[in-house]
Amino acid sequence: MKDLMRFVVVALAAALLVACASKGGQTVESSAAPAAAAAPAADKDSCADLRGAMAQNTIHFDFDKSNVRSNDRAAVRAHGECLSRSSSARVTIEGHADERGTREYNLALGERRAKSIGEMLTAAGASAGQINTVSYGEERPVCTDSTESCWQRNRRGEIVYTAR
Amino acid sequence: MKSTRNTLCVVIVLLVILFSSKAFAVLEIEITRGVEAAAPIAIVGFPWMGTGQPPSAMVGAVVRNDLNRSGRFRPLSQADIIEKPTRGSDINWATWRLLKSNYLVIGRINPGTGGGYVVEFELFDVLTQERLLGKAIEARPGELRRVAHHVSDLIFERILGIRGAFSTKIAYITVTGDGDERRYALVVADADGFGPQEVVRSKEPLLSPNWSPDGRYLAYVSFEKGNSSIYVQEIATGSRQQLSGLAGINGAPAFSPDGRQLALTLSKDGDPEIYTMTIATGDLSRVTNHWAIDTEPQWTPDGRSLIFTSDRGGRPQLYEIPVLGGTARRLTFEGAYNARATLSADGRLIGMVHANGNIYKIAVMDRVSGVLTVLSDGSLDESPSFAPNGSMILYATSEGRRGVLAAVSVDGGVRQRLVLSEGDVREPAWSPFSPR
Repeated sequence: MKDLMRFVVVALAAALLVACASKGGQTVESSAAPAAAAAPAADKDSCADLRGAMAQNTIHFDFDKSNVRSNDRAAVRAHGECLSRSSSARVTIEGHADERGTREYNLALGERRAKSIGEMLTAAGASAGQINTVSYGEERPVCTDSTESCWQRNRRGEIVYTAR
Repeated sequence: MKSTRNTLCVVIVLLVILFSSKAFAVLEIEITRGVEAAAPIAIVGFPWMGTGQPPSAMVGAVVRNDLNRSGRFRPLSQADIIEKPTRGSDINWATWRLLKSNYLVIGRINPGTGGGYVVEFELFDVLTQERLLGKAIEARPGELRRVAHHVSDLIFERILGIRGAFSTKIAYITVTGDGDERRYALVVADADGFGPQEVVRSKEPLLSPNWSPDGRYLAYVSFEKGNSSIYVQEIATGSRQQLSGLAGINGAPAFSPDGRQLALTLSKDGDPEIYTMTIATGDLSRVTNHWAIDTEPQWTPDGRSLIFTSDRGGRPQLYEIPVLGGTARRLTFEGAYNARATLSADGRLIGMVHANGNIYKIAVMDRVSGVLTVLSDGSLDESPSFAPNGSMILYATSEGRRGVLAAVSVDGGVRQRLVLSEGDVREPAWSPFSPR
């Protein structure tokens, strides 16, 4: 009898709680964020599968800057040249910023970085229609330490193939 | 039979209280620094004058906590309050002069109609023995906390001539869990952190909550569709609507003082610019026109100008521009980085994120004198939000690896930490006053 009472009490409390918790609240169903392309059967024209300079998909930036650094230019150009060869290939460039400063300004800074990479891709032969850019600002960090090395890892653009 | 049922009811209530406080990470407020110039005030009692079950809310404790949090008052500690008058005629003035209290608040809680209460209180000036205020306020069952905040508001306003902000709300974003379990939520709670309610919950980032002037809606940015988009949501019903989901950035929503427009940042035309949107029709009007980043718009109280962040001068600084467009005028000249303005209700003070080197603090600039004062003491302080009475600024900061909220009074005298029991809290937004 005691156990039954305890069970009823817990169940009632839980029911009350659910009623209270769900009042006015919303759970959002998110549609899928752009995902990094997995690699299926090798197609030798597929940009996502090429080696060498193309193996670098993450470009890092200096603090408060959005220009692609000189040692990264070859990698970005290689992606651009491949895009120009494979007209069906599509990329999304994700721009990011480190945690310092305000979130909305960092959203804009992330976009500047993504666009900067995009411009270099088109200069190397990709067409504008192959390139999509999105900024996550400081919202998707790869690390959360408040250190120079973590901040550098977060100041980045990611070249993500959404079609090959 | 009846006593078993009563026991069952009491146990359920206790369990619900226990479970409720664990369901949402609860915000706890700690006052970390006191203030020298605060007026000592003795708040006595509020004893229950009825028979039967006393009310659970501690009216005296809420009032004491409210006035303490404001930084303008220093409530006497309970240990010093030995005499407990409940009526003016019971007051022994010498006692309170001896305790060096400037003010004295006495009160009582009487039973009201329908299981409710009547809260009576009187405020006295100890030196002149003058009765400054006396009121009897009805409270329905469950409303005692709200009435206690109202008592704090009345005392604050009577003594300082400024409206109290104790009956207001705060919105903030919480982040809990790791990896695939990471969840973001937009939460609304009382200004003292009590009673958090989730407004929206998502697997993708939420940011930039902004209150409508009537306190009924929140606009915010959500990444649920993979890119930033702006939503507006009615708090009471949960009903939400996407206001902007264009290509590029959709960010920094800000309701106009009349509630009919939204200022926002869009980069659809090539770079982040500020626009205004007529909410009813969705019509957009462009405000800024410059290749630099222009974002984080805030309306001046007359609804005629926007103060915003721009890096057109090299690094982010604050500028002002007429809503109808025109020349942007730079406002900030001290510090390498000034961004994310928040305005006091009278438009005189601008709170902002102010940085030199790697140190980001909250500062406030007086528009009349031009003087900039640094208020906070962290190194990664952000998202300042003014209380609607201009007395305090709520902001986000880091403590070790955790995101916490903090508040500082405009004279820098009082500091508070607001810590979530689990996870990180960020992006606070202080609600407007509710209509009187």
